[in-house]
Amino acid sequence: MDTALQHRASPEPTTAPAPWGRVRRSRHVADRALKIICTLFTVLGAFVLGWILLMLLVEGIGGLSPAVFTETTPGPGSQGGGIANAIVGSLILTVLGIMVATPVGVLAGTYLAEYGKSSKLAEIIRFVNDILLAAPSILIGLFVYMLMVQPMGGYSGWAGGVALAIIAVPVIVRTTEDMLRLVPGSLREAGAALGAPMSTVIIKISWKAARAGMVTGVLLATARIAGETAPLLFTALNNNFWFNPNLMGGVANLPVMIYQFALSPYENWRELAWAGALIITMSILALSVVARLLLRKDKVR
Amino acid sequence: MVALSQERLVTSADAPARRSPPPSFDRFFRLASLASALLVLIVLLGIIGSMIYGGIPAFREFGFGFVTSTVWNVNEDQYGAWVAIVGTLTTALIALVIGVPLSLGIAIFLTQLCPPWLKRPVATTIELLAAVPSIIYGMWGLFVFAPLFANYVQIPVSNIVEGMPIVGTILYARTPSGVGILTAGIILAIMIIPFIASIARDILDQIPSVLRESAYGIGCTTWEVVRNVLLPQAGVSIIGAVMLGLGRALGETMAVTFVVGNANRLSGSLFDPGSTIASRIANEFNEAIGLQLNALMALGCILFLVTFTVLVLARLLVSRVKVG
Repeated sequence: MDTALQHRASPEPTTAPAPWGRVRRSRHVADRALKIICTLFTVLGAFVLGWILLMLLVEGIGGLSPAVFTETTPGPGSQGGGIANAIVGSLILTVLGIMVATPVGVLAGTYLAEYGKSSKLAEIIRFVNDILLAAPSILIGLFVYMLMVQPMGGYSGWAGGVALAIIAVPVIVRTTEDMLRLVPGSLREAGAALGAPMSTVIIKISWKAARAGMVTGVLLATARIAGETAPLLFTALNNNFWFNPNLMGGVANLPVMIYQFALSPYENWRELAWAGALIITMSILALSVVARLLLRKDKVR
Repeated sequence: MVALSQERLVTSADAPARRSPPPSFDRFFRLASLASALLVLIVLLGIIGSMIYGGIPAFREFGFGFVTSTVWNVNEDQYGAWVAIVGTLTTALIALVIGVPLSLGIAIFLTQLCPPWLKRPVATTIELLAAVPSIIYGMWGLFVFAPLFANYVQIPVSNIVEGMPIVGTILYARTPSGVGILTAGIILAIMIIPFIASIARDILDQIPSVLRESAYGIGCTTWEVVRNVLLPQAGVSIIGAVMLGLGRALGETMAVTFVVGNANRLSGSLFDPGSTIASRIANEFNEAIGLQLNALMALGCILFLVTFTVLVLARLLVSRVKVG
């Protein structure tokens, strides 16, 4: 469009072609508004993540010291101390949860993808799994409290592990099933044609082909449960000591420690809470990034 | 590839002949996977069962009045759920009002406007926002956001609306501390954005690009493509995604417990502290005994029923979207 020429031909400002060309002004404005607003919203999302990470770094790094990783949590109002017991406790609870959840989740996902497929039962279980995936985690804490803490007569690391496992299972079921469904049926048929029974076909062919995706599922589940606080409140609780080797009684863990210390009036406790928050967030973000990279590599191949 | 498979063939030649596992293993494997799948079902039934079992004494004691009563008095053993129910619904509603436009904007940016090289970093950033533990959001809300919110929103807004009808009640902060129902709603909004955004993005991605291209071809602007082609196509599924976000917002515990103020008070103002079902359970459960424990369980039962309904609706509306 030769705007300059037209402009000279019709001098009235009302008929002068606007910079938006032949498009009606309202359409142009709506389009611009959409583009700007959407970009702004995305920037806002990224900004919040940046802000949270910055807050953790600023507050957390000051609290980090060798003692944080070697000493146990201090009593109320006392000086010094670390969060070594909470870090180890968190590791144990998370590993416990994943060790329970992985076999159950992988087998259930396998059932949905390989045996159940679109049968009625499989549909119901898929439905239930999706609900569990989004169910409030505090209710899972209450459930495990009724299931294990009350009958066993006290808080325990085992109950905490089971609560975390219940949260991890749906994640693993979902990714396992999705990944197994991506395995081409001709691979299974080839296996079956060689006379392999169904279990062999699944273990040696389907699982092998979907391996990277399944590992991703387990990593994502780990990232999900590592920071869960609500289900641990009523199951593993927290304390300021090294836990019993049999995991009975409260087991110190990072999320509940952060919750209790951050809301406490003691300066020393709050610093430790920030240090713990930094450690746990960085580990979880690293885990999720690794999981995503793994999945991408698998897709490329 | 050929060389590799030949090599494999050669190395496996001197290994003992492969034998298929005994047929009993095949049956065992099948049963084990069926049992695991059933376990998922049993866990859900167990959760429902334990909530009802734990809550029954409270329901029997207070009857239907448990839901409508606003009293929560530990000393006199009188419990009612209304304040917590209202708090839960209000915070979740605020979260949706703020979070849904933001998430849809992000989804539209990612699918329609974003240059290809920027897609992956932005998508990853938004997904990492979902991986941050909820307790960290709580700390951010309480220590960073709440003071700013009190200084730059609560105090000026309260000064302006003081004495006005209706608005003067809803947006008046008696004690501008930064924590309260509205703060909890805002934090919840930030927390549900990544969920809704990533599902909405997947839904928009699944719309055949022919539709989009033909709309652009007849001269539509991006806004018109989004408004008249994409949204009608994705419509119901997007509502499903929003419901999924609502389910998250209703049950979110730790972040809300930090910023909601934990007061058992029914207030007309959004700036006042309140409590939600989840935050009350998190706060009181460990010290609760007797009827209080049952009342908290009954609260959990109500929360479960509400989220269950929302999630079932969501699941029916949103067709299964791929993970990752």
